[in-house]
Amino acid sequence: MKRIVIALLALVMVFSCVACTNNQTTDEAEKPSASVEGSTEESTAPSTSGTEEVTVMTYEQFVAAAIDTKVCVETYVQAKQGWWEKEGQGVGTFYTQNEEGAYFLYEMPCTKAEYDQLTAGTKIRVNGYKAEWSGEVEIVDATFEILEGNFVATAKDVTALLGTDELIKSQNQFVAFKGLTVAASKNADGEDVAFLYKWDGSGQEGDDLYFKVTVGENTYSFTVESYLCGADTDVYKAVKELKVGDKIDAEGFLYWYEGVNPHITAVTPVVEG
Amino acid sequence: MKRMNALRIFALLLSVLTLLPLLSSCHGAKKSHDFDLPEQFDESKSYEITFWAKNDTNVTQTRIYEKAIADFEALYPNVKVKLKLYTDYGKIYNDVITNIPTATTPNVCITYPDHIATYMTGENTVVPLDSLFADPKYGLGGSDLRFDGPTFEELVPKFIGECKIGGGYYALPYMRSTEACYINVDLVEKLGYTLPEKLTWDFIFEVSAAAMEKDAAGNFKVNGQKVMIPFIYKSTDNMMIQMLKQKDAGYSTADGQILIFNDTTKELLEMVKNPAGARAFSTFKISSYPGNFLNKGQCIFAIDSTAGATWMGSDAPLSDIHESEKYDFETKVMTIPQFDVDNPKMISQGPSVCVFNKEDSGEVLASWLFTQYLLTNEVQIAYAQTEGYVPVTLKAQQSEEYQSYLAAAGSDNDLHYSVKMDATKLLLDNTANTFVTPVFNGSASLRSAAGQLIEDVAKRMRRGEKVDYEEIFKEVSALYRLDQIEKGDGKRELGALPDGSKWLIGTLIVIWLAIGGYVIFEKCKKFKKKDLTS
Repeated sequence: MKRIVIALLALVMVFSCVACTNNQTTDEAEKPSASVEGSTEESTAPSTSGTEEVTVMTYEQFVAAAIDTKVCVETYVQAKQGWWEKEGQGVGTFYTQNEEGAYFLYEMPCTKAEYDQLTAGTKIRVNGYKAEWSGEVEIVDATFEILEGNFVATAKDVTALLGTDELIKSQNQFVAFKGLTVAASKNADGEDVAFLYKWDGSGQEGDDLYFKVTVGENTYSFTVESYLCGADTDVYKAVKELKVGDKIDAEGFLYWYEGVNPHITAVTPVVEG
Repeated sequence: MKRMNALRIFALLLSVLTLLPLLSSCHGAKKSHDFDLPEQFDESKSYEITFWAKNDTNVTQTRIYEKAIADFEALYPNVKVKLKLYTDYGKIYNDVITNIPTATTPNVCITYPDHIATYMTGENTVVPLDSLFADPKYGLGGSDLRFDGPTFEELVPKFIGECKIGGGYYALPYMRSTEACYINVDLVEKLGYTLPEKLTWDFIFEVSAAAMEKDAAGNFKVNGQKVMIPFIYKSTDNMMIQMLKQKDAGYSTADGQILIFNDTTKELLEMVKNPAGARAFSTFKISSYPGNFLNKGQCIFAIDSTAGATWMGSDAPLSDIHESEKYDFETKVMTIPQFDVDNPKMISQGPSVCVFNKEDSGEVLASWLFTQYLLTNEVQIAYAQTEGYVPVTLKAQQSEEYQSYLAAAGSDNDLHYSVKMDATKLLLDNTANTFVTPVFNGSASLRSAAGQLIEDVAKRMRRGEKVDYEEIFKEVSALYRLDQIEKGDGKRELGALPDGSKWLIGTLIVIWLAIGGYVIFEKCKKFKKKDLTS
């Protein structure tokens, strides 16, 4: 009996070593890049500690700042586009706004726990660099710290500004459009449809939805950004139900890509009468 | 006697206790088995296979995948193929990695060989294809195939060679492309230059510097606009990799030794530094798609994939910019700039296809049949025509249909769009000058690191920050964990043991000591008894 037990224990020892080796390989396969824990310290350490002097910009100063310069703003989270790991570091993309204007925070380093903590209304101080990508002004390579305070913006009606040079002053803000008419988009077969999966219809369920609306003589392209509002959201479902010629009101964030390209978060039919 | 029984029970309990951690270490990990090719494909059984595919946000490509699936299902009615579309190789890679531990990978997946090397760290995850290639019934050109697939000899040798990882084949090539420089000829000539027969880096940087001159109103003289970025590179990963190759400088060894942090790399970064600081050079990550700037007359040299050719030029069939912003100009497609024009080197890229292992060998065989179907002339020629891709089979390349397609170049601005056709021909003419980088677990990270070096230098210069190459090397190496890449000989620093392993080994040591103590104690007792009785 004792011999059996000893043999068994020896086997267990051997198998345990093998098991440890395999686990090492599996872990590596699952995490091809830097660990999240490693990045946490970096992302949570604000570039402006409590004792340092902080020069917080007004929105006007931010607009006047040149691209690639350092910026510091205090703003409030309004919505989140998503969190993902980039080269092993957690990053989140946020639509933020204060009483003066809005700031799009692109791939700001944060842990998943921090991302979850940054709910709508949370006040943050952001240090980063001003950047512009295809017309979208954003803050990149940013750090943040959470401050006391809460603000959730109400949608500002910018319907009258569509097609004017004034519109860009409201870039990234939470906005509303009233009395839009759904226009036809052409699918790959040349048929008129109310919306497309991806800009040319090359996508499928779960991808971004693109639809066109007219206001007066002008037609604009609106997007349901799938990271912001996925297939299970009301707005995604509502857009899929649209018909060409429908009258709608819409709300969303005034995003830019080679021109105005709002990220729509709500669509409601206009009840005539 | 009773005491002996108690001891036996105690020993058994200890054994069970020590076995428990071993069993728990297996929890959650689903083990794959070796794939054995069935004698016969079971047509009485239904299979549903998943195909994760990549398209270039191009509806024609989506349609080709859908048609290929429908045609394949008509040939094999017991197989259903479920398509999941991606527009980004990186997203496919992340999703596959996430699904490996739970054995929920797709059956067939479009991917890069760099990524497959990482997938292969999972045991029996990716099916080795050597024996499948050679199978007389279901292999390449096999007798029992219900379609006219290519034989091994009909694959372009260079392209199939790129799918060999560690001595075996783990993928089939699907499409191939390279990079091209799309040039606004009008603006080059307006600046007083004539395009050379073969493009050099010096020429591009010289013309780019000349294009930065502004008038009194702050407009760029060359285009009369407020915006001008003369030189934009889409993939800085490729930019660094190709420059290093052209310089015959270190990048990595075949078995994964990192060589990129060298003096030539510093020289190349130095070459990029000032143009980046002057905004004469930029990147996709910093500014946006080169094609958008090119088509607005705001860029002179746009380097992008030949698979992006339909977005380039005044008459491009695909465009993201408003009609009112389009600039009318002559577009020239040239090979990427070289250091030695007599010995051109350019990257070979494009999607490959791998097959994932499953418990049911019939399911794997169905996946393999579908993978081969993607190499038929119908799929190859149709997909290659959507962009500046070339088919990966000689069978397709040499077919009458494909040759007629090439001959009609420039006859319209859609299927035969001249810029796309020029890009395609560029690769067909330069296939022998293409190269790929070594593939190993971690090569995907090294590739990203190569581009990050350029991005870092460009960003720092634009922000007026100090550029210290040693510091950048250190940061990039840490970011991509290049110091932790496993070498091909399997030897590496494993680091500290996990806590669970330490606990397990500690427990075993205690148990062994206890057993040892017990044995000695028993021996002593027997010895004493002997002494007393004698």
